[in-house]
Amino acid sequence: MKCQRCSKLATLHITEVLPNDQYEEFHLCEDCAKKYLYPSGTGKKTSSASLASEIGEDPGGKQCQQCAIKFVEFRNSGRLGCSHDYDHFSTELVPLLESIHGDTRHNGKKPQRGSTRPPEQTELVQLRRKLQQAVTDEAYESAAQLRDRIRQLEES
Amino acid sequence: MNLDSLLPNLGEWLRGTGPESDVVVSTRIRLARNLAGIPFTTRANNAQKAEIEQRVREAVTKSDISPRLEYLSVMGLMPLDRLFLVERQLISRELANALEGPRGVAFDSRESVSVMVNEEDHLRIQVMRSGMSLEETWEQINGVDDSLEARLPYAFHDRFGYLTACPTNVGTGMRASVMLHLPALGITKQIEKVFKALQKINLVVRGLYGEGSRASGDLYQISNQVTLGKSESRLLSEIREVIAMILQYERHARSVLLKERRQAEHDRVARAIGTLGSATMITAEETMELLSAVRLGIHLRLLDDLPPTTLNQLFIHTQSAHLQKLAGKHLDGEDRNAERAKYLRNRLRDLGASPT
Repeated sequence: MKCQRCSKLATLHITEVLPNDQYEEFHLCEDCAKKYLYPSGTGKKTSSASLASEIGEDPGGKQCQQCAIKFVEFRNSGRLGCSHDYDHFSTELVPLLESIHGDTRHNGKKPQRGSTRPPEQTELVQLRRKLQQAVTDEAYESAAQLRDRIRQLEES
Repeated sequence: MNLDSLLPNLGEWLRGTGPESDVVVSTRIRLARNLAGIPFTTRANNAQKAEIEQRVREAVTKSDISPRLEYLSVMGLMPLDRLFLVERQLISRELANALEGPRGVAFDSRESVSVMVNEEDHLRIQVMRSGMSLEETWEQINGVDDSLEARLPYAFHDRFGYLTACPTNVGTGMRASVMLHLPALGITKQIEKVFKALQKINLVVRGLYGEGSRASGDLYQISNQVTLGKSESRLLSEIREVIAMILQYERHARSVLLKERRQAEHDRVARAIGTLGSATMITAEETMELLSAVRLGIHLRLLDDLPPTTLNQLFIHTQSAHLQKLAGKHLDGEDRNAERAKYLRNRLRDLGASPT
C-alpha cells in the first residue's frame, strides 16, 4: 500500500476517531506518520523502528545490475524494479517482509512449471546444449572447454 | 467493443444475488503476477510494456479461459470510458489515469473476470462474484491463473513465492476482499469495535473503490493484509471466519433496530426515498448515503416496492461517468448534480417506490 501523502510504502495504519462517530483512516509511511503524529516538527521518534534503522547500515547505494534500481529508490517509491531485486536486496528485504507479513517464506500455490530458474541454471542449460552440439560437430577442443566450465558451475 | 453496450447491464458484483446478499454485496479476489525476465512495470520501457501487452493478450485469447475474455487497450480510450470502467470495478484508477504507456484490460461479458495488464504488476487477475462466495471465486481465479500460467512464464521464487513490484503483495500475490453493507452497525455505533477487532487480526478495511478511498454509503471492503507465509486457503478461511462474525453483528444490530426504533427507522427510510425522488440537485455522496438507507429499508421490509437489483442500478447509474453516458453529454459540477437528481426523480416515479 502506498503512503497517502507521498509515494513511499505505507507502514503505519492510523484510524482517527473523530466526534460524531466519524472515522478517518490514514495509511502513511514512517516519515509522514511522524509529521502527522508530531505536527510541531519536534521530530520525535515513533515507537516502531524506522525503516533505515531496521536494516542497519545504510544500503541505499546498493544497485541491481539487472534493472539498475538503487535500494534508495526502492525505499522512496516502495516499488522494486525487477524480480532479481528479491535476491540482490534480500538482506535488506527479509526484515521488511518479516515486519509486513510476519513471515519470510512462501507457503502457498506454486506454478505447475516450477520456479523461474536462477541465472546460473539458465547458463548451465545453455552450456549443456552447446556441449552436445560441439560433440555432434566433433569440435572436441571447444567441447572440452565447455565441459570444464560446466563442472566449474556445478561445483560452485 | 462499444462500452455503451454495457450500460444497461449490472456487472457481476452488482447482481444483488448470491449467499448472504442482505449484508454481503460482493466477493472479489485478485492475484498479482509478473512475467519472468522482464522488469516490473514501473521499470519497464514502452517497448517492454508493449511486449508484455502482446504476450498477455495472446495468452488470454488463445487460452481456454471460460468465459471468453476480450482485450481493450486503455491508451485508446477516452477519459470518460476509462472512468466508466473504474466505476464498474473492471480497472483501477491507477490503470485509468496515473500509469503510462501500453496497458489495458481483458474482461468477459458478465464482467466477472478481468485481467489488467501493466498495472503495478504485469498482470492483475481479478474475479468478482455477487454475495459471499470466497470458495467459488478462488476456484475460478485459480483456474484462470493456471490457464495463463500454461502460456506465460511467471516470476516465481522458491522462497518468496510469486514476485511482485511491491513487497506487500509478494508470496501468494492474493488479495481477497468481501464488500459489506453495514448500516445498522453504523447507526448503533458499533462499527468502531469491528474495525478495532479487524486491525488486531491483520485484516484491512477499505472504502468502495479500494485503497485510499473513503467508506461511503456504509459500504466497506474487508481484505487480507498478509500475502506471504500463509497459504491461499488459510488466508481465505481467516477472512471467512471474520465475515461470519461481522454478519452476525450486523444482523443482530438490524433486529435491535427493528425492535427498539422501528418508527424512527421507517421515518428515515421514507425521508431518504422522499429526498431521492424530489431533489433537484444531488451529489454522488448524498445519493450513496440515501441509497444506503433505502437498501437497509428493503432488507428490514420497511419498503417493498424496490428489488435490491433496481437499487444497485440506481447506485451505478448515478456515478459520474455512467450518468454522463446516459445523458449523452459531458456534464460538470452543478450540471451533473442536477442531472443525477433528474435521473433519480424519473426512475423513482416510474418505479412508484414508496414506503409501506
